[in-house]
Amino acid sequence: MRLKSLRVTLSSFLATILLIACTQLTPLSQISQQPTVQSSTLLISAAASLDEALQEITPIYTQANSNQTINYNLAASGALQQQIEQGAPADVFISAANKQMDALEKKGLLASGTRKNLLTNQLVLIIPKQASVSLTDFQQLVKPEVKRITVGEPRSVPVGQYATEVLQNLGILEQVQAKFVLGNNVKSVLTAVETGDVDAGIVYITDAKSSDRVTIVTTADERLHSPILYPIAVLNSSKSLDAAKQYVDFLQSPPAKAVFEKYGFGIAKS
Amino acid sequence: MLIPNLSPLWISLKVSLLATAITFVLGTVVAYSMYCYHSKWRSLIEGILIAPLILPPTVVGFILLMLLGKNGILGQILAQCNLRLVFTWYAAVLAAIIVAFPLMYRAALGAFEQIDPVLLDAARLDGASEAEVFCYIALPLAIPGILAGVVLTFARALGEFGATLMLAGNIPGQTQTMPMAIYFAVEAGAIQEGWFWTIAVVCISLVGIVAINSWKI
Repeated sequence: MRLKSLRVTLSSFLATILLIACTQLTPLSQISQQPTVQSSTLLISAAASLDEALQEITPIYTQANSNQTINYNLAASGALQQQIEQGAPADVFISAANKQMDALEKKGLLASGTRKNLLTNQLVLIIPKQASVSLTDFQQLVKPEVKRITVGEPRSVPVGQYATEVLQNLGILEQVQAKFVLGNNVKSVLTAVETGDVDAGIVYITDAKSSDRVTIVTTADERLHSPILYPIAVLNSSKSLDAAKQYVDFLQSPPAKAVFEKYGFGIAKS
Repeated sequence: MLIPNLSPLWISLKVSLLATAITFVLGTVVAYSMYCYHSKWRSLIEGILIAPLILPPTVVGFILLMLLGKNGILGQILAQCNLRLVFTWYAAVLAAIIVAFPLMYRAALGAFEQIDPVLLDAARLDGASEAEVFCYIALPLAIPGILAGVVLTFARALGEFGATLMLAGNIPGQTQTMPMAIYFAVEAGAIQEGWFWTIAVVCISLVGIVAINSWKI
């Protein structure tokens, strides 16, 4: 009796596996018979600050190119750089600073001739909408009432690197450093200010504009930090180089530019 | 090899030792209370106590942040007393206590359940108060199991990352623990620094386990 039920279980198990194997195999063989159809999935590793703008651009792109699927990996540019160096299967990289792109270029990971400057951005000081301490400029961050300031982790998060440059050039970095809470990307910096758990934060103007829970205090003078440039490039490990180049071209076309500008980005002069 | 700033080591030790001490007392007392407590609510209460073990640390961190943040219920009460918990090292201790508590609790409960209840009843018959039964009979008999719980608690507290990062933030010299230092070193491509802290965590964990094992023998 027991043996019989065991046999039934085993055979039904085998049948299930066969069934799964068959359903998995059929489309595969179909694909191999029609190699001319160009359908590809692109993985775009992009700086976290581009989140909303790229989400809006994607449907416009895929409408015109219905055979392509676009996936995003949004994080701090430094983290993305590390992932790509360790072999992450990304097709396109959009960094929020030259430093990370330079590192990849030096290692020969970029497809030659594809690197371009895509966008520019500005740096702002923000406080929570219902702020307990009101500020009017960067200098006031030294005030003792300002207990916590959140900035990006300077080594891996470009917005943190620009923020420390500004504070350094204003000569107040040493005084405010002890108040730093270091975020792992620009969005975590924004959130900490939104929830009011910190007194102030330094983010891009595009992030500040996307939130109705923060107030922009002031924009940093562009002479106080290195230019905020968003370089873009196709990675030479990409399996769909042509599709990736097509996507990069699209980001530089007027419809994409209109979306970027709507979110407050500047268009880089190439 | 360049030695980085050692503050993550001291912060990690401070946070996990304090968290372990508090969790040890809390976990043991709660486990003993649950051991003596029998009602239909028992499994529900136990479920809530164990929850941090089965939930992702980010869920624990998120709930704590919503409760203790500036706009959270507890956060507003704290603010009235002019206290701020989020982004301080106390928040790291709290996060470590909450994620490690189930381990201490389960180990202690298991240890109490191993005790022959006749022994406890015999003490009660001889006139011992409940506190005396706990201190002189139950606790000494349960010590090996409780000790195992302490080791697990310390290891979990030392390794806590997700909830700590959300609640205590990454503040070098104040709340940046060793796991956090590793994470941010790797993100910044500082592989040597990542190795340094990885080796430090492995050494501390191994030394802790070896010390406890040799002490038991």
